[in-house]
Amino acid sequence: MNAGPQRRDMRQSARPDHRLIAELVEPGSRLLDIGCGDGALLELLAREKNVDGRGIEISQEGVNASVRRGLSVIQGDAETDLADYPDAAFDYVVLSQTLPAIRDPKGVLLELLRIGRSAIVSIPNFGHWRNRLHLLTRGRMPARAGSGELWYETPVIRPCTIKDFVMLCRELDIGIERRTQVDSRGRVRHFSGTGRFANLFGEQAVFLLSSERR
Amino acid sequence: MTAMPESHAAAERVQTGLSVELGRETPLQLDCGVSLGPFTLAYQTYGTLNEERSNAVLVCHALTGDQFVVGPHPLTGRPGWWEQMVGPGKTFDTDRYFVICSNTLGGCMGTSGPKEINPATGRPWGLDFPVITIRDMVKAQAMLLDHLGIEQLFCVSGGSMGGMQALQWVASYPERCYTAVPIACAAKHSAQNIALNEVGRQAIMADPDWREGRYQEDGVNPEGGLAVARMAAHITYLSESALQRKFGRALQDRSNVTYGFDADFQVESYLRHQGQAFVERFDANSYLYITRAIDYFDLAADYDGVLANAFRGVETRFCVISFTSDWLYPTSENRAIVRALAAVAANVSFVEVVSDKGHDAFLLDEPDMFETLRGFLSGAAARCGLGSL
Repeated sequence: MNAGPQRRDMRQSARPDHRLIAELVEPGSRLLDIGCGDGALLELLAREKNVDGRGIEISQEGVNASVRRGLSVIQGDAETDLADYPDAAFDYVVLSQTLPAIRDPKGVLLELLRIGRSAIVSIPNFGHWRNRLHLLTRGRMPARAGSGELWYETPVIRPCTIKDFVMLCRELDIGIERRTQVDSRGRVRHFSGTGRFANLFGEQAVFLLSSERR
Repeated sequence: MTAMPESHAAAERVQTGLSVELGRETPLQLDCGVSLGPFTLAYQTYGTLNEERSNAVLVCHALTGDQFVVGPHPLTGRPGWWEQMVGPGKTFDTDRYFVICSNTLGGCMGTSGPKEINPATGRPWGLDFPVITIRDMVKAQAMLLDHLGIEQLFCVSGGSMGGMQALQWVASYPERCYTAVPIACAAKHSAQNIALNEVGRQAIMADPDWREGRYQEDGVNPEGGLAVARMAAHITYLSESALQRKFGRALQDRSNVTYGFDADFQVESYLRHQGQAFVERFDANSYLYITRAIDYFDLAADYDGVLANAFRGVETRFCVISFTSDWLYPTSENRAIVRALAAVAANVSFVEVVSDKGHDAFLLDEPDMFETLRGFLSGAAARCGLGSL
C-alpha cells in the first residue's frame, strides 16, 4: 500500500527513489530539490555526485535540519515561490514524492520545466495492486504506507497512478526521457508508455522529464 | 540592548581597544558628496588570522552596539553584545575564525563621529559631521580590511543594522564575501521604521540641552531626550508577548497604584532604567547620525529599484535568519531578501526561528539560531578548505 508522499518517515539514505534520482543526475550539475524534507537527497547528491544543490521545504523543522547539515535550503511553498526563480536556472529540478500534496500539479509541473532544463519527478503509485485490492474488498481508502494515516489525516490531496501521471504529461506536452518503477521489494524496472505492468506492481515511479515532447 | 546598570564612574574608565587612521592619502568618498579623511576607525579582533588570511569574519554591530563584541565592555564592565555568538567554541568560534568588529562610522566608541574633534576646527564635529550612509560604513570597513591585509572575508554577518551592512557588503564587494549572514534585517527601511526613528530624533532635538548639537562645548548632555529615544526604541526591540510575560501589569515595589506619575508599573521602571543606562554610554548626536543612515538604506534603489540586481552574478553563500516575533524587521522583510536572491538563483539558506523575544532575539540565547548557523558555517568552511564538517 502506497498512497502518499513518504517524506519524513522514509528519509533514510537508502530510500529507493533517492538512489534512482541520483543515477539520473549528471555529476557537478545544478539542482533544486522542491520539498526537500530534511535534506537527505541533497546530501546524497552532494556527496556522491558533487551536485550544487538547493532546496525548498515548507516545514520549518525540515529547513532547520537541512541548513544544520550545511545545505542551502529555504523555507518556502512550491505553489507560490517557484515564480521567484529565473528561467533555466538549474540543470535539474526535483519533485520527490511531493506531487500528490500539491493543489495545482499542472502549474507546478510547468514551473519545474521553466526553471530547470530537466525535471525529475517521483510519485507514489496509487494504482498499485494492493491499493486496488484494498478498495475493492474493503471499500475503504488505503492508509498511507508505513504511516497508518487515514484519508482525513494524510497530506495527499491528489493521489494519482503511474498512468494518470503519464497521461498528464501527454496533455501538457511534457517529454518523458526515462520512466522507472520500484516494486514492493525494491526491484527497479524501466517501462514504456503508460506502463500497464508498472501501474500494477510499481509502488513508486521516477520520471525524467524535459520540455521537449518525445 | 539588554539591561546595563552602570555608574557614572564607569564612564570615566579609560577606553581601551585598537584603532587605525585611514584615508589620509585617499579619503573616503561619502554618499553625501563629502570626502572624509583622514578618519579614525576603532575596532577589536578576536581569535587568530590564519596564514592564508582566509578565516576572517567581519561582525557588524547594530544601531547602539560597538566593537566590543565580547566583554568586558570598557565603559560598562558588562559582557559584550554578542558574547552568546562569538568566542571559543561558540558559533563564530574564535578558535577557528578571526573575528573583526569595528565601531561604525558616526559612532561614539572611538571611530570618527560627531563626538570626536574635527581636525579643521579643533572643536567636536557636532552636526558639522557629514551625514553618512550604510554604504559609507561598509566602505570604511573595507578600508580597514585593506589595512589588515585581508582580501576576502570567510563571512560577513550582523543583526539589524549589522545585517544591512552585510547585504551592502555583498552588493559592493561580492568577491570579498565568501558567505554572508544577514540576521533580523531588511533591504530597505520601512515607513513605520523611519517614523519610529524620527520619534527618537525629535526627542533628542527637543531636549533644551541638545543646543543644536553643540552640547559638548556647553558642558551639558541631552540625557532626557536621548533616554526617551532609547525607551521608545527599546519597545520595538521586544514583543508584546515578551513584555506581557516579563512584566504583565505587575507593580514596582508597591502594592497599590499611587495615583501619580511615578513609575508604578514594573514595565515603566524597566524602560526608565534602560533609558538611563543608555545615556551613560551613548552619544545623542551619534544616535541622530546612525538612525539617519538606517533610514536612508534602500539597497534596491541603487539597482534600478530591483533588489535582485544587487545580487546578480554573486557567488556568495547566504544564510538569512529571521524571528517569528520580530515586528521591527519582520520575516516578510527578510523573505523579500530571500526572494531577490532566488530570482538570481543565488546560493541561499533561510531560517525563521520561532521565538517570542522580538527583534532582540538575535542578541539572545536562541539555540535554533546557533545550530542552524553553525551548520551553515561548517558546510561553507568545508567547501572553502577551512576544515571539515
